[in-house]
Amino acid sequence: METLSIYAPRLVTKRQSFTPGHRACSGCGEALAVKLVMKALGKDVIVVMATGCMEVISTQLPYTAWEVPWIHTLFENAATVATGIESARKALIRKGTPLSKAKIVAIGGDGATFDIGLGAISGAFERGHDFLYICTDNEAYMNTGIQRSSATPFGASTTTQPAGKVSFGQGTWKKNMPAIAVAHDIPYVATACPSYPFDLMNKIKKAVAIEGPTYIHILAVCPTGWRIPADVTIRLGRLAVETGVFPLYEVENGKYTLNYEPPQLRPVIDYLKPQGRFRHLTPELIDKIQQRVSQEYARLKEKVTQ
Amino acid sequence: MGRRVAFESSCAIAEAAKMANIDVCAAYPITPQTHIVERIAQLIADGELDANYMPVESEHSALSGCLGSSAAGARTFIATAGQGLELMHEVVYVASGMRLPIVMAVCNRALSVPLSIWGDHSDAMAVRDTGWIQIFAENAQQAFDLTLCAFRIAEDPAVLLPTMLHIDGFHLSHVIEPVLLPEQEEVNEFLPRYHHPFVLDPKSPVTMGDFATPALYTEAKVGQDVALRNSLKVILQVFQEFGERFGRDYSPVETYKTEGAEVLLLTMGSFSEVAMEAIDRVRGAGEKVGLVRLRLWRPFPFEQFRQVVNQARLLIVLDRALSFGGPGPVCSEVQAALYHLRQRPQVVGFIGGLGGRDISVEGFQDMVHRGINKAKQGKLGEIEVFDVREQ
Ligand SMILES: Cc1ncc(C[n+]2csc(CCOP(=O)(O)OP(=O)(O)O)c2C)c(N)n1
Ligand SMILES: [Mg+2]
Repeated sequence: METLSIYAPRLVTKRQSFTPGHRACSGCGEALAVKLVMKALGKDVIVVMATGCMEVISTQLPYTAWEVPWIHTLFENAATVATGIESARKALIRKGTPLSKAKIVAIGGDGATFDIGLGAISGAFERGHDFLYICTDNEAYMNTGIQRSSATPFGASTTTQPAGKVSFGQGTWKKNMPAIAVAHDIPYVATACPSYPFDLMNKIKKAVAIEGPTYIHILAVCPTGWRIPADVTIRLGRLAVETGVFPLYEVENGKYTLNYEPPQLRPVIDYLKPQGRFRHLTPELIDKIQQRVSQEYARLKEKVTQ
Repeated sequence: MGRRVAFESSCAIAEAAKMANIDVCAAYPITPQTHIVERIAQLIADGELDANYMPVESEHSALSGCLGSSAAGARTFIATAGQGLELMHEVVYVASGMRLPIVMAVCNRALSVPLSIWGDHSDAMAVRDTGWIQIFAENAQQAFDLTLCAFRIAEDPAVLLPTMLHIDGFHLSHVIEPVLLPEQEEVNEFLPRYHHPFVLDPKSPVTMGDFATPALYTEAKVGQDVALRNSLKVILQVFQEFGERFGRDYSPVETYKTEGAEVLLLTMGSFSEVAMEAIDRVRGAGEKVGLVRLRLWRPFPFEQFRQVVNQARLLIVLDRALSFGGPGPVCSEVQAALYHLRQRPQVVGFIGGLGGRDISVEGFQDMVHRGINKAKQGKLGEIEVFDVREQ
């Protein structure tokens, strides 16, 4: 069984509906995530995207990186636009227009998801539309220049919550967005990271096969905003998972499953150390983060065994 | 041959949306718009209308849902008022920029603060520059007729622009009047199913809502402006065809006893009907007055407007919104439309009817007389708020 994984790359389609040539920074984990998402989704899909890096780098007039129908309108409403498309197609099909049962997928950054669009996402989940919402979380408002969001981790330095002589940057803990999605009683919630491409693509396929609203939260490493070299994106995503900072799990109808469980978590310092945004942290603060991560991880494991 | 029913204007609009066989309606409650969307919900609940209803969590989402729906090719209807239209503001621009033929009924309402649920045109004026076609109705029959016209105009392949129908909150939205309803087949002939040339569908992928650098933004926006200006041709055609089919004629600038009139009063919306009564009385007293009712606010019907007013000596304009620190928005528009003409009336502006305050027949008579006196005294540029308490 072990050897099977070496054949796996061949199982991934070469077809790209999010095509190369876009303007993402080198090493962009978000663009990589979107590429994998689109490979998993195939052609019968309509993509709605919130304002943010991914929209700006992929659709500069008169060019487009998209080979599937794609719409961007505003920053905070991708979920709602998606539900409008879903409602429209359902009505049109019922009234006799021959349309495919295309998957409807909304994609937003952490700012679009955790902050400005949260109400719209909550409404869309509550109304029960059949669509997938994907958050590509690079832990700040990157498109506008690395400003903090409620997804920014404790201790990170951003341009609106910078570290300084009397500040260590972000003083709040990252909002638990997947838990908020789960609280809506939707059938499927999962976390993923492009450093684990098969896990990510399988989750996407699983989500869109389920009727009703689904949510996938993707950690997207951002070399520009995290102040790391462009060639360590994959490595950092792995470290986020291996340290327990970003565990990979699924919640199916309320039931938690941990998808990857390292025999022993690495210390968080392994993840924090390479990143410029955490450079200023004192051993005490790193300790504090370690405690929090261990505690959150334990809480998650409790949910898994329940 | 249709039937005659007593309808609240709100229900008349809902009935028109039903006869237009809309596919999607998104709604969020706000007085005085609620009766429209409640009625549509009931029509769907009773199986009289086959549409999907999106009971969203805010007006921002209501119109955002409509963006998606319309972009997917569905006939899409929405209604709002006052604060609701304000909360939608950025979405309003996107609908026109994307050329999505959404039809929106706005039950015109004053804006906070102080909180007022009653009518004026502050909400309409705040979306003046958003690129929507904007039409004002004066009574329940017009509200019904113009809703049908709005879909036909918006969806015309030469137009493809969202269209707003303004009806005065309470003064019109909650008034019960007789309405002639056409047969469904007649409506179907006037308003067949439409097909947007660029919809979101995997069969023919399109990218909508791109990002533009300074190299292309101007061209994109000018294209939109040209489309809005050119829509006037289609609006005229649709009004004409509507008249031929249903026997009720509409035009961008409507008149009442303007022939040979030396003094004209200009109003928009339901106050026009009261103003007509005042015109009759002032005429009875020997003054040569007439009434101009601006039906089409955007695109502004420059030609038609000039033709109606250029023989008059004086034009008295009523604005039902304040442009704080400036002239009334309709008044300044009208003045701009006339400024370069050699023969043009003098213009006097009044602001009144704010936050639901009535203007009676006597009030309009008074306004006409005051306007005439102001012109005589050369106080043309003065901005006067009508019927305001001193203390
Ligand atoms: C209403 C509104 N407020 C602010 C902005 C400015 N804005 C555009 S993109 C963006 C940041 C997006 O951050 P995020 O959602 O995290 O996506 P990222 O760029 O990081 O991928 C901001 C603040 C906007 N476009 N609209
Ligand atoms: Mg971000």
